[in-house]
Amino acid sequence: MNTRQQSKVTYSWYGKPMSSDRKLRTVKYTGILIASERTRTENCIRVGDFILVEGENADEPFVAQLLDLYEDGAQVKRAVVQWFSRVTEVPPNKRKLLKREVYSQEVFFDQVPGFDTDIAAETIIKSTTVIPLRLNEEPPISLNKENIFYVKQSWDGKCFKTLSPDIFSKLKEANKKGGGILSSSNSFIPLDIISPLKKETESVVRSATKPKPVELEIESKHSASKSSLAKERHSQRGVNGIKTPTARKKLQLNSPIRSPKDRFLGCEVLDLLDDEFGAIAPLKPSSTKRKVKFTGILSSPPKIPHTNYNEKSVLDTEEYWQKFTESLQLSPIKVKDYSEKAKNPDVKNDIVFPNKCRELLRRSHVDPSRTMGRSRRSCVEQTNSRIAEQISLLNALESNKEAESSSSSDSLSSSSSEEEEDDEICTPEKKTKLSGTVSTPNSSRKSSVHTPARTPKKTPLPGTPKTPRNATPEIPKRKNATQKPASVLEEARLRLHVSAVPESLPCREEEYQDIYNFVESKLIDETGGCMYISGVPGTGKTATVREVMRSLQQAAENDELPSFHFLEINGMKLTDPHQAYVQILELLTGQKVTATHAAVLLGKLFSTPGPKRKTTVLVVDELDLLWTRKQNVMYNLFDWPTQKHSKLIILAIANTMDLPERIMMNRVASRLGLTRMSFQPYTYKQLQQIISSRLNNMKAFEEDAIQLVSRKVAALSGDARRCLDICRRATEICEFDSQKGTPEMVRMAHVTEAIGEMFSSPYVNAIRNASLHEQIFLKAILAEFRRAGVEEATVQQVYRHLLALCRMEGIPSPTVSEVMAICSRLGACRLLLVESSAKYLELRVRLNVSQDDVMYALKDE
Amino acid sequence: MARLGSARRSPLHRAAPGPRVQGRGGGAPCLSVPELWQCRWLWGFGLRGGQLLLLAHCRKPAFPGCPTRSSAEARTRVSRIKPSAMSKRKAKESGGANGECISQAQKILRERFCHHCAAGRLFGIEHQYRHLLDLLKRTTVHGESNSALIIGPRGSGKTALLNCVLKELKEMKQVRGNLLEVRLNGLLQTNDKVALKEITRQLNLENVVGDKVFGSFAENLAFLLEALRKGDRTSSCPVLFILDEFDLFVHHKNQTLLYNLFDISQSAQTPVTVIGLTCRQDILELLEKRVKSRFSHRQIYLMNSFDFKQYIKIFKEQLALPADFPDKSFAQKWNTNVQHLSEDKTVQDVLQNLFHHSKDLRTLHLFLMLALSNVTVHHPLITASDLHEASKQYRTDSRANIVHGLSVLEICLIIAMKHLNDVYEGEPFNFQMVYNEFQKFIQRKAHCMYNFEKPVVMKAFEHLLQLELVKPIERPNIRAQREYLLMKLLLDSTQIMDALQVYPNCPVDVKQWAASSLSWL
Repeated sequence: MNTRQQSKVTYSWYGKPMSSDRKLRTVKYTGILIASERTRTENCIRVGDFILVEGENADEPFVAQLLDLYEDGAQVKRAVVQWFSRVTEVPPNKRKLLKREVYSQEVFFDQVPGFDTDIAAETIIKSTTVIPLRLNEEPPISLNKENIFYVKQSWDGKCFKTLSPDIFSKLKEANKKGGGILSSSNSFIPLDIISPLKKETESVVRSATKPKPVELEIESKHSASKSSLAKERHSQRGVNGIKTPTARKKLQLNSPIRSPKDRFLGCEVLDLLDDEFGAIAPLKPSSTKRKVKFTGILSSPPKIPHTNYNEKSVLDTEEYWQKFTESLQLSPIKVKDYSEKAKNPDVKNDIVFPNKCRELLRRSHVDPSRTMGRSRRSCVEQTNSRIAEQISLLNALESNKEAESSSSSDSLSSSSSEEEEDDEICTPEKKTKLSGTVSTPNSSRKSSVHTPARTPKKTPLPGTPKTPRNATPEIPKRKNATQKPASVLEEARLRLHVSAVPESLPCREEEYQDIYNFVESKLIDETGGCMYISGVPGTGKTATVREVMRSLQQAAENDELPSFHFLEINGMKLTDPHQAYVQILELLTGQKVTATHAAVLLGKLFSTPGPKRKTTVLVVDELDLLWTRKQNVMYNLFDWPTQKHSKLIILAIANTMDLPERIMMNRVASRLGLTRMSFQPYTYKQLQQIISSRLNNMKAFEEDAIQLVSRKVAALSGDARRCLDICRRATEICEFDSQKGTPEMVRMAHVTEAIGEMFSSPYVNAIRNASLHEQIFLKAILAEFRRAGVEEATVQQVYRHLLALCRMEGIPSPTVSEVMAICSRLGACRLLLVESSAKYLELRVRLNVSQDDVMYALKDE
Repeated sequence: MARLGSARRSPLHRAAPGPRVQGRGGGAPCLSVPELWQCRWLWGFGLRGGQLLLLAHCRKPAFPGCPTRSSAEARTRVSRIKPSAMSKRKAKESGGANGECISQAQKILRERFCHHCAAGRLFGIEHQYRHLLDLLKRTTVHGESNSALIIGPRGSGKTALLNCVLKELKEMKQVRGNLLEVRLNGLLQTNDKVALKEITRQLNLENVVGDKVFGSFAENLAFLLEALRKGDRTSSCPVLFILDEFDLFVHHKNQTLLYNLFDISQSAQTPVTVIGLTCRQDILELLEKRVKSRFSHRQIYLMNSFDFKQYIKIFKEQLALPADFPDKSFAQKWNTNVQHLSEDKTVQDVLQNLFHHSKDLRTLHLFLMLALSNVTVHHPLITASDLHEASKQYRTDSRANIVHGLSVLEICLIIAMKHLNDVYEGEPFNFQMVYNEFQKFIQRKAHCMYNFEKPVVMKAFEHLLQLELVKPIERPNIRAQREYLLMKLLLDSTQIMDALQVYPNCPVDVKQWAASSLSWL
């Protein structure tokens, strides 16, 4: 969304420069005009207004108060702001400190020192309203949900505090002024036709600033005025629990638009659908998990009292809150009730709904990529609308389902006034009527509006069920509990398992410190950078990096470091190098898009300056698998950190030391930089230390046995995994041996046996256990090789030697068919390498084992 | 399932070439030996659920010039045994209790021979059994992740071992309901995409609808990994992955599936045990280094490491009727007969030969199956000669069998080729060379052989080509003349000589010529 606005919107100063600072060569202004070319509207934002600023997440722009506007020496428009933090920006572990529920629209007066308050004026989206409230005060009921924020407390990165009186009054002041400005902004719109909607928003803003009783006035005003749109919208909002981000986005798009009538209606319908969804959503948040992110669902109750209690003119806030949280659970049912009473045709075909919903959901999932080619704006609008429609379908379904389960809803709804009930009864009818009149160019959109007259091809066949989009990945739970390790050996085995993560990694202190310092310095500097880590498998690369990240996160939680995002991707866990983009974006923002789209989004994200953006630390494991022919994945990965504003730190891990030189193009290798580190294979002393630190003074192994394992492994590969596996196997052998007697320690003999099992070449054993004719065949091959001097022979040649050998041994010679069978059997074991058997006697044969091994194996008999 | 032995191993069961139409061109009096067209009984048989079915029963017309339809495969299987279906029918006709017993005994034994795992007894692999059982028990009881490979030649009982272990494991109390099993086969799951869908389907995760898995490859992988990552050692149900034909999974792109499975088995996620079954001894060399590092290097080798005494014991156990056989007296009679057989010298010789040839139990089963089908009401017990006959049949050379059915002219051509091979030391030849060689022979022995015209000889040569006794070394080119196409003979001289020994009514001159190309001297 922000990208779209950037391309369409021009920013210009409002009024004359106020004052100028010659020394700094800055010129101050009182306001800024935001003109949108597309809608031909202009908005004015003045110093002191509350504004929305573009952030990483387009659905949740940052909230701020505009403190100052100036143009610096380079003719760049700058703004100084006071930030407000949303709940989602507060680290999750700190949210507990609040000890209360947070509304979705609640923000905190931001006093965190780290954030840059000087931003580019182009990042301002539009004005908004922030209302200061006392700590025990309820947020007033208002209609323009998405555009009003409440502030109760301040947040300084460590704890929450109540607003100091002077801040409070300042905010209040600004707020009053803001209301005025909002209305004054109308004067900049020459073509403005003030619609009922516009009026409504205005009145809401005003009402929000005043104490409660005004509500009644609004209510009556609306019921009196028979402006159907406004009323419908209003009554829908009344039952609304929260707004979905998509809906909010929609409103931001549409509120300033004075578009032709039918279009307006279309949007309106969508809004209604959104609203309806919002009301139902809290009951089943998981059902839409994929598309919509809910933030603070439970903390958004303020609208229900509106319908339930608006008869009461005097309301005690405490009591009010209580009642209303009780009714929160029930509130969504009301919508359903009304729709049932109104005999909404939707309800009748509710059996078809699940399929429809799924089908729609599936479609929308595909959509963004499909519509990429079109104008982006319309494309996004379509997706939005489609989502909204799907959601509303889902709702209708859910509400139908819940109809039986809650009969108590009647008593609840009876408390509301008759007049209002009338209003709401008529809404579904209107809704369908309205949706019938919607005429959009997009046919799929039309068909997905849930009118009874649906095109039959859209309903999936009953035999083809669709994927549930809300599936949660989970393995079933086990029935019986796991047994606790009973003996010392079992305990030791548990600790020696590779998966058992020790408290600290021994023998990698130096590497740990290097990586830690690197990331820490980048974090503090708020810059980006790359580091390449190499080493053979099993040398603790990933484990060390993870441990570094763990301790850095710990430090960030303790506020010793600025907080950061930590992402991890693994080249082996991707089906395709380009999927890396998808995974990164999903980890970063939770969006699920196609690879190409994700690449564009990420590129934009890391190349545009984002105020308040946290540093991102990205660990890329198995880097070599991200190689593509054009290397664009690697190029992008290493290019982003070099961008000025990216704040991206990349730790790339791979096996080969010279990977950058070997497979990367120059431009990629140069971006990767020279910060490299290589993990040497463990020496036997280190391996010994690793084992003993894991055993932690348990009397399970003899000292010599440990040393034998470590020396053996260090000599072969230095792979710690191998070392641990051998030890584990040795405990098993030991346990097996000592089953009758008392449990004993793992001795040299056990370890030797385990090593023998794991490292012995199977060939000699396989040859020794082969049948007599197979052995003779191998001998014949050796003889043929010796005769011809070439290490390849045809079966025919070998067969002649075989016959001679058989005659010598005095055993009946096999037929050619039998020999072919022997040959293919040995080929299947890969003792021999054979061609395909179609060539029969001309089949060429080679040994897959060294001749010496074969001779050794055959001689012993 | 129609399985006679292992289809993937036995050369006797290669895909049969289609029926060949053998046309005798030119209406030439090509058959000097009309006896060639003897009546032949062609028995083809297939097995369905242990039942021997009579598939083909055709009598060839006994007049010359008629096209004969027969497959090379069918000829190799010309059998002199009486199929059991007939014996069964006869048994019912006679209505004797004996017939009932025999058909029952055959049913039991056939089931044992066809379903190799059903034998239930394992021989000489107690140590491996113990190892695998302990391994899986720890996975289910303690939630320990593991990985292992079972390696052994075909027919050495890898799957049987695993099935036995699983059977015992599932009878344990603390295991019940604590183990999810995922079976994959490298021959079926030919790439990671298919394998992932199959895993998801067998685990019955939440993105499975009915019997289908939707979503793209990337989505499925992410979903499965996420599902496995969420679990932990103490609370999640352990998952056992069985990868049959493990060596084929190695060839998947990047070995993604193996990497991920082994990676899970080496990290604190849902406990998994990965068991791979393969017959390749070099399997570890095929794994990529980081995949190899994650594999725990437990290898369980099955080597058929028994000697001949044990083999005799296995033979007895395989052929013995179980104790719960309904007719006790018959079972006793049968079992004593088996005991006698195992002590018989000729039977031991036959078994020794078989043992020398191949140690695996599948060969033994196949062999016993042949012998078993000789049992009828009139011939109620297996005799030593039955076994001897079966062994002969088992050991017949398929190509030599084809040679038996050739005409004398074709035999002559083959002999000519054999001489060419001797003279030119295996260098390729063409039709013209063969024809010249044949002409030399005819000129010498004109009194006993009819001199065929060249097109007739060409036709006979092409028939040999069709039977794949001769193979062109280069692709037939349209421009090249057929006479000069280079060929190779796919028969060994010993095979030719053996075939001539048993060839009925072979002219003496031809035999002499075959023995030596210099016989005219």
